[in-house]
Amino acid sequence: MILLALVMFAFALAPFVGAIGGRSSPFVAIIPLLLFVAFCVLLPEIAEGGTLLETHRWIPSIGIAAAFRLDGLSLTFALLISGIGCAVFLYASAYLRGEPRLVRFYTIITLFMASMLGAVLADDLVLLVVFWELTSITSFLLIGHTPEQERSRRSAQQGFLVTVAGGLAMLAGVILLGSVADTFSITEILGKGEMIAADPLAPAIIILIAAGAFAKSAQAPLHSWLANAMVAPTPVSAYLHSATMVKLGVYLLARFDPVFSDHALWIALLTGFGAATMLTGSVLAMRETDLKRVLAYSTIVSLGTLIMLIGIPGELAAVAVVTFLIVHALYKACLFLVAGIIDHETGTRDSSALGGMRHFMPITAAVALMGGLSMAGLPPSIGFAAKELVYETGLAASAGWALVAVALLANAAMVVVAAVVAVRCFSGDLSATPKTPHDPGFAMLAGPIVLALLGLLFGIAPWLVGNGLIVPAASAIAGEPITFTLSLWHGFTPMLALSVLTLVLGVFAYRRWSTIRSRMAGIHQIDDWGPDKLYDRLIIGLQSVSTWVTHQIQPGSLRSYVARTLFIMSLAAFVTLILRGGYELPSFANSLGPDLVIAILLIVSSLAVARARNFVSGIVAAGMVGFTVALLFLFQGAPDLAFTQFSVEALAIIIMLAIVGRMPFRDRDSRIHKERLRDLFIAGGTGVTAALVLLAVLAQPFDGRLSDFFRAASVPEAHGRNLVNVILVDFRALDTLGEITVLGLAAIAAAAVLAGLRRATAEKSK
Amino acid sequence: MEPVFAIAFGVMVAVAAYLLMSRNVLRIVLGLLVLGNAANLSIFTAGRLESRVPPLVPAGEAALAGGANPLPQALILTAIVISFALVAFTVVLFESAHRRLGTLDADAMREAEPLPQATTKKSRKVEESA
Repeated sequence: MILLALVMFAFALAPFVGAIGGRSSPFVAIIPLLLFVAFCVLLPEIAEGGTLLETHRWIPSIGIAAAFRLDGLSLTFALLISGIGCAVFLYASAYLRGEPRLVRFYTIITLFMASMLGAVLADDLVLLVVFWELTSITSFLLIGHTPEQERSRRSAQQGFLVTVAGGLAMLAGVILLGSVADTFSITEILGKGEMIAADPLAPAIIILIAAGAFAKSAQAPLHSWLANAMVAPTPVSAYLHSATMVKLGVYLLARFDPVFSDHALWIALLTGFGAATMLTGSVLAMRETDLKRVLAYSTIVSLGTLIMLIGIPGELAAVAVVTFLIVHALYKACLFLVAGIIDHETGTRDSSALGGMRHFMPITAAVALMGGLSMAGLPPSIGFAAKELVYETGLAASAGWALVAVALLANAAMVVVAAVVAVRCFSGDLSATPKTPHDPGFAMLAGPIVLALLGLLFGIAPWLVGNGLIVPAASAIAGEPITFTLSLWHGFTPMLALSVLTLVLGVFAYRRWSTIRSRMAGIHQIDDWGPDKLYDRLIIGLQSVSTWVTHQIQPGSLRSYVARTLFIMSLAAFVTLILRGGYELPSFANSLGPDLVIAILLIVSSLAVARARNFVSGIVAAGMVGFTVALLFLFQGAPDLAFTQFSVEALAIIIMLAIVGRMPFRDRDSRIHKERLRDLFIAGGTGVTAALVLLAVLAQPFDGRLSDFFRAASVPEAHGRNLVNVILVDFRALDTLGEITVLGLAAIAAAAVLAGLRRATAEKSK
Repeated sequence: MEPVFAIAFGVMVAVAAYLLMSRNVLRIVLGLLVLGNAANLSIFTAGRLESRVPPLVPAGEAALAGGANPLPQALILTAIVISFALVAFTVVLFESAHRRLGTLDADAMREAEPLPQATTKKSRKVEESA
């Protein structure tokens, strides 16, 4: 009950948070704080290796349950979501003070938090997909916080399309996985790991699920939406696009790692794309001056690192994933918030224009330094331990030298980014800024300070986070309980040598940052041929294709609609008739008789209608058709029909002559030759199909049960001797009532049209 | 006897379809008239033309043995009236359209769906420059 209650609590309080946040009150942070405390209370049980499971009925008929699962992995995420949420909510209350649309902002960001919690706690694949898509939707709304800006709209749409397209792939993968495992329960799927991995469908499942995770976690080549998402307000960037939402892909892959960890495709895909993303992010980060975009590209590097680590099998990799995940969330959220402070206080976030800010903002400078220490992976921060673990995992993996080389370059890039954000802006000479900066108030500083201090505290005392959180979470990723003692200092190892090398490389690059940056930014091919441009081309192409298709199927011509309808209808009937063997010819044996004259008359008069030169002769020919049918009725024992047909036909001719007699009816059909051929073909096909269908009906023996019933029941039950009358007014009286209604409605509608017409002509003559 | 009428039915449907695809809306009305009659003919034929005796129970008897099939007759009686209503309403609509738009050409009646304009490229350029 407790997990469902926590998720529902978060959802239900969204409007409430919106109301408090709308007044920019710092108390808005209480809601995530309450959630954080609640998850902390659950921590001891999970730390001892327990797992909290609960299942509620949802859609039992198709095997979908509202099931929740709390183990080390989901608890780690839940704590990050609620804890960083707390810092971000508090920060936003000062950062966004006086901005428009605050109620909307807080409502959506709370809905996002609730969806995130739901996604990481879900123990049912379908439930997971639902929450997953909810995070995409709320992310779309938050990136588009200022919809009047073109850039904002484009970025929101791009992020949405990429993540939702990935979500569709993931949904397909989830359905496949559910059918292979014969359950949607994640807990049961984890128990059937070997069976699923051996299934012939496993490669398809891996590719589809990985595609969803890669889109969500901005893996190359789907990374550009994340950098563009930086148009969102800084609290959104810090929360969604560095600490939580983009980690959902990491969560998904980590969740299913026990199932697929030894599958060759899983290892190849994850390590391959992860390493490629690390390199891509590193290169792109080196080209930027905008603090937030620099940080976004470094987030892409970190996400690549996480995906690569998940791809490497083994317990050590699992520990490295969790440690790096926590470390990254702590320092990246902290640095994003610092970048926001710089932007807020100075009015710019162009790192090449900033310097010497330590004189104005000493506290911010200290916080940035602590966060940067963790990002650069320097002791005594926990970032150092995480980086060593990454190297250790890489060295132990097969073909590890390549991964270690990639990691070395990526980590050196991290050192540069950390130095640019945390050192460059604050040191050196004072630079002129649009506003005179000073340290912000408590609300904006509290979050970054706590996050930065935690990074140092965990580094000095790794056991604080190691046994309680990292080991249970790593056990969940590894699929079996593991023992591991996290420590900062490993002694003199190859990893230490690599760390020193990283630092040297990083410092070397940082000292030449301006040159490197401008040279990298000068490579136009990256802008011209990158996935961002490709996305634009894709969207433009999609639009022109849809315009073309719309014009094709909806040309706005009544004739062409009729032609298509008739063509498709008769083709469908014809093909079905031939293929299903329904085609059958009755005998024409008794065709020679007096009624043959009527049939010939019908054919001749119909053709005369088609060939009529003017409207009057057309009406006369059409009247001939009607009267001939009436003759048939008269001779074939249907006098009632014949009389009705005679009078209706006469009435129709009179009405038409009266109303439209003076309208022009061109001498010649105005269709061009080609159109006429096409129409003849379609009309001929329709006629042939209609005749064949009727012939097939006639070839069947007649079933007269209904007719016999009316013959027998009319006098005893309805006391009438004219069977047709009895059927109309007694057995099928409701049908007749409907017919009268139709007639009445047609009369009313016609009267209304004519009345409107009279009014229009009267106004015109005035 | 019936197969001959099936052929006649096919010809009537073909004529009606050809008229329905005309440019002139008055031809469409004629097409509707022919189509209505064709539909009635098909119901009548499918019910078989076996007896020329109207389905009336003679006085003093409780049931009818033989006689024409009463069921299609009842269905057609309804259909005749409805197709008449359809044709009459269509005529009124076209009359109104003719008075308002000054044309009887179905392709020229494009109030609801204007011709697709060749400005898609132009408008895209405008969007890009914005």
